[in-house]
Amino acid sequence: MKDILKPLVDIVGEKAVSNHEEDLWYYSRDPGVLEPKRPDYVVAPKTTEQVQAIVRLANEEKIPVVPMGNGMSLTGIVRPLKGGIVMDMKQMNKIVEVNDRGRYVVVEGGVSQGQLKAYLEDNYPHLRHSIPDAPPGTTIAANVALHGQGRLSMQYGFNSDMVTGLEVVLPNGEVCKIGSWCMGPYWFSKGPSLPDLSGLFLGWLGTTGVLTKVGLRLYPQKKLRDVEIFVVDRAELVEDIIYRLSHTEMTEDLTVWFQPKPLMFKGNYHITVYFTGDTEEEVEFKRKLIWNAVQSYIDSKDGGFMGIAPMKSGLLEQPQRTISVFADVPKGGGFEYSGPITLVENFPEYTAMFEEIAAKYNLLYAATIRVIAGGHAMMYGMSFAFNRADQEMMDRVKTALDEATEFALDLGGIPWKPNVSEQAMAIQRMDPSTLSLMKMVKENLDPNGIMNPGNWEVN
Amino acid sequence: MYALKHEENVCATCPSPDCLLKCQYMEFSKEDAHKEIMKVVRGEDSVVLKDCTTCYACEEYCSRGNHPYYLICERREEKGILTAPRPITNQWINMTEMQGKFMTGSVEDTVMSCCMLPELKKLGSGDIFAEIESSFVFGAEFMCPAVHTHFAKPSVIKERLPKVLERYKGLGVKKVVCMHDECYGTFTSIAPAYGMEVPFEPVYYMDYILERLKDLKERIRPLGLKVVYQRPCSNRLIPDKFPLVEKILGKIGVEVLNRTYDGENCLCCGDIVRAICGYQAADDIQKRNVDDMAASGAEYCVFNCPFCQSALSDKVSKAGLKPVHIIDLCKMAIGEKEV
Repeated sequence: MKDILKPLVDIVGEKAVSNHEEDLWYYSRDPGVLEPKRPDYVVAPKTTEQVQAIVRLANEEKIPVVPMGNGMSLTGIVRPLKGGIVMDMKQMNKIVEVNDRGRYVVVEGGVSQGQLKAYLEDNYPHLRHSIPDAPPGTTIAANVALHGQGRLSMQYGFNSDMVTGLEVVLPNGEVCKIGSWCMGPYWFSKGPSLPDLSGLFLGWLGTTGVLTKVGLRLYPQKKLRDVEIFVVDRAELVEDIIYRLSHTEMTEDLTVWFQPKPLMFKGNYHITVYFTGDTEEEVEFKRKLIWNAVQSYIDSKDGGFMGIAPMKSGLLEQPQRTISVFADVPKGGGFEYSGPITLVENFPEYTAMFEEIAAKYNLLYAATIRVIAGGHAMMYGMSFAFNRADQEMMDRVKTALDEATEFALDLGGIPWKPNVSEQAMAIQRMDPSTLSLMKMVKENLDPNGIMNPGNWEVN
Repeated sequence: MYALKHEENVCATCPSPDCLLKCQYMEFSKEDAHKEIMKVVRGEDSVVLKDCTTCYACEEYCSRGNHPYYLICERREEKGILTAPRPITNQWINMTEMQGKFMTGSVEDTVMSCCMLPELKKLGSGDIFAEIESSFVFGAEFMCPAVHTHFAKPSVIKERLPKVLERYKGLGVKKVVCMHDECYGTFTSIAPAYGMEVPFEPVYYMDYILERLKDLKERIRPLGLKVVYQRPCSNRLIPDKFPLVEKILGKIGVEVLNRTYDGENCLCCGDIVRAICGYQAADDIQKRNVDDMAASGAEYCVFNCPFCQSALSDKVSKAGLKPVHIIDLCKMAIGEKEV
């Protein structure tokens, strides 16, 4: 590979580029179980023009470029599988515009979830965005690029459904405006009523371009929030309960979770129901509708609302920190999850298999599953905890995760933020016409294959 | 296996079946009350087994000490009748399982039992508890399992309580100061009812406080407050201790105002009812209770049980009263806490 240190320095300045081993070590890995992959350069642009110049350089030299948010996907998506340049977007951290009445925000490609949350709390306390239960340093652009989820996904769909426009640097270095702002000043629609070109970039995991700006819908921040947890001990009841709860249209968020530790949670499936309001009357009204929706399960003694007073403050946190506690149960602080998306009706079969796999590989698990868009699907996070100092345990986790994903895909699910082997499983199952179209898109947008190569290798 | 000591003939000859007649959640004529409790006694189906909210009150109402509440629990379990939903019942059984995660301080002859409630350790501090603060036990291994009566699982009590007693015996303690009515009620009511020997002298924490307030007399500054009291369900197991509340509060210059749901007529905090029956019954009980407190004109609502405090604090505050534990009131009176 040609030495491009000097041209990179010329583009971004000395402090924003490195090929030092300590930096390369850090950027070669993410916190999951997959093995590190060493980049050759790390670069941190501050402007769209710098991103363009870097991509042009990479295209000329046929050097891979891997755009990176905070590198926390856990599935190794931004490990540079074929070396090259890791482009850390975190210096592009400006919140460009908030349209209060239009309820959208435009952010640069490196703005983090925590930054936007804090900004809105300080300046637009009546607005909020769909915060994922991920570390606050994770970025908005990366989240939508992998079709992430968040606290409002139950009501409004995947976080990528909330995108209102994109600015993308294409693999040839050109900038492309996607959405309503391509023909006017406003970022209110990513596609409709125009051809929706955002699909060329969302879900492609950085293999078709670099997201340098993202427009995102904002939603009302209600004054009050509350939570209840409904508990059942039979997985086959979950589908109907979700159906009833989502039918009320009163819930802000619905998640299902189960885990064997601590002991009080063993053997039960917990359905966390969030609801909001601007007045206590509104909150209580919603609470009653939610209780009424499942009262027959209480009467039959098959399900009930658990007392949550000691847990409540943690449950109301956004994002929740409890997953970090889980990661440290076996000591060594690691966890990774299989994240298929599938119908709610598959819950019993999939969870039974997951528990079987956990037992087979002797792994501690915790599963959290978010209901998406009123109940059209569920987005799983079937986590295994591991000790980072125990390679044998990490290998077991990797094998178990692959098995879990295989099973979910066989059930008709699709993988969320798939790692390389999960992408291969997906490609193997895709209809040839779909693959062919993906190939056309990829070949036309990125003929030299420089964008995050190794991922979505449809060729 | 331990068995409940219950005399059928005592119920059969009962002149006034107050156990059901006085029940605040089920209505019976005198004749029906007698009929229904006898059905329970004989192990027949009874509406009582279906509708009892597990408020513990019949243990107090029975003037003949024949343990109607424990009997209802036994019969429910025998018939496989759940009170709360099955997953909630199992959650409580799991949550209170002994897992070796208990804590003990520097245990002496007298030990303070914090049950499995961290709040009790915090309350059991300062000058009032100076002599026993460091001599404490906490955790499932020392927890009174009385809560499982709410879930009609006396088998859990019969299995676990002997282990708890054995663990205390192993510590060699002579006195156990029970910081929760449930514990004192377990050792002085449930254990004898099942023929279990308690290898120490149970001390009710309010008795302990009364003695300590004598020692700390010089430091007491009367608070001059008007309060109402939320009597917990487990105080029904030890009704002879109910007068201690007024004695303690009297010593620190606090007046307990009369209200409808007081003493024998007290209402449950509602948390267990919520789990068992759903929100409608619980909301009704809590509303009646809190409205009654507010109508009294009291400034504070005094709690004895941390569960009651957790269940009602928000509602009490919204009604304009300040929620406070009786121990914290005592700490205020001796200048350890701000009023």
